[in-house]
Amino acid sequence: MNSKNITGSQKTLPILLPVLVLVGVILLWVIITYTNLFPAYALPTPGAVIKSFKEEFAAGRLMNDIIASLWRVAVGFVLSAVLGIPAGLWLGQHLYARQACVPMLNFFRFLSPLAWIPFAILWFHIGDKPAIFLIFMATFFPLALATMSAVATIPSIYFKVAKDYNYKGMELLTKVTFPSILPQIITALRVSYGISWVVIVAAEMVGCQDGLGYGIWDARNGLRLDSAVCYMIVIGVLGMGIDRVLAQLTKLPNVRWGYER
Amino acid sequence: MNDNKTVSLVLDNVSHSYGTTSVLQTLNLQVKNGEVVVLVGPSGCGKTTILNLLSGHIQPTTGVVKRTGNIRTVYQHDGLFPWLTVEENIAMGLRSVSDAAQREKEKQDLVELIHLQGFENHYPHQLSGGMRQRVELARALAGQSDILLMDEPFSALDYQTRLRMRLELVRILEQRPRTVVFVTHDIEEAAQLADRVLVLSGRPATVCRELEVNAPRPRDLTGSAVIETMKTILTELGLQQ
Repeated sequence: MNSKNITGSQKTLPILLPVLVLVGVILLWVIITYTNLFPAYALPTPGAVIKSFKEEFAAGRLMNDIIASLWRVAVGFVLSAVLGIPAGLWLGQHLYARQACVPMLNFFRFLSPLAWIPFAILWFHIGDKPAIFLIFMATFFPLALATMSAVATIPSIYFKVAKDYNYKGMELLTKVTFPSILPQIITALRVSYGISWVVIVAAEMVGCQDGLGYGIWDARNGLRLDSAVCYMIVIGVLGMGIDRVLAQLTKLPNVRWGYER
Repeated sequence: MNDNKTVSLVLDNVSHSYGTTSVLQTLNLQVKNGEVVVLVGPSGCGKTTILNLLSGHIQPTTGVVKRTGNIRTVYQHDGLFPWLTVEENIAMGLRSVSDAAQREKEKQDLVELIHLQGFENHYPHQLSGGMRQRVELARALAGQSDILLMDEPFSALDYQTRLRMRLELVRILEQRPRTVVFVTHDIEEAAQLADRVLVLSGRPATVCRELEVNAPRPRDLTGSAVIETMKTILTELGLQQ
């Protein structure tokens, strides 16, 4: 047995395989456009996309749109975390409140945030606010519900132990309840970040004059599909990148237990 | 810590029922200072209910529970907080110690006592079952604890680890004497550890036999004191002629 070889391939394969798939997809794209399977106006060539990427970058528009979108997602997301997690904590601890509110929360969770677009524009007009509002509406309910069910299912033994060691009130909340649901909260944050990154594109198509979603909308209006693809790539890559950053939270030593059993 | 204190734990005519199901019937129990009382009985006979009454987690339907002294419980498993390290879990027991230096010293002593030096910064999920139970024990012994309630603390462990943990418990209690109420379905465990064994009947639980074991600890599993005690308990439970 050559154990060195095995560990070597274990290290390189996870990087090599996705790169191969990426190269394959780009090749396929090149072949399709090169053989004119689609007309040039319906599917831009990789070359055209690279060119438009350079243009957008040089004009400063792309950078500006990235910052605008990131800002809206950050504000909307932080707002719903700051309100949704405490709401979930409270609901998780009170059975009657839970019974009273869960159907309504579920109703709003299943209501597509895009349904709020008319209200978003009527109430907040054009700019950052309607987009932030839509992101909040998209992420508050899943976050509150996930936190609530995490609290409601904390093993009762933790509270018995907490009583033996005199944890009460605020200390009970911050030193027992919260750490015991932290792994699930991190998962819920990742999921709702994913939702907000999807929603921002739609929100900016209607309520904004800049941002990544608006960039795609603008490209459509100008029939610049090369520019649209360039924005799509940026959206996908940024979304993945930020999820990787959030995934680092799961590596904190005091939450590892939640993922390893 | 509990040297000059009178520790007492009394169940006086206690009955308990969950809804219409009666779990305990007029139970009387008096635990003396420094005594190790082992309650033996079949699963579901109300042993854990007795511990919950003693610790005050539940109130009896009728009767009185009297306790003086600080009570800590050691659970079967998962009693440690998984988000805290070994050291931090033990430190939970030292919350009432105000002097930081003393707290640190006590923490180190306890880690040494359970032979887990080098594992201070490990999390519970990184330890074996036996190590976890040792940490639970250390946490329960830390600081101002007078009475230990043990709820089948070794029953989730494999047989050999269980044997080893009994010896560990005897050694640790030798160094840090406590009043102990130990609940188990393991007859060997009762015979090896107890000053006094109470054999419980099925639901509703009543004490059907009380039995003193006077042999000094540690007791050999195959020694005559343990064998004799086991015989008596087995006969009482109707498992041996």
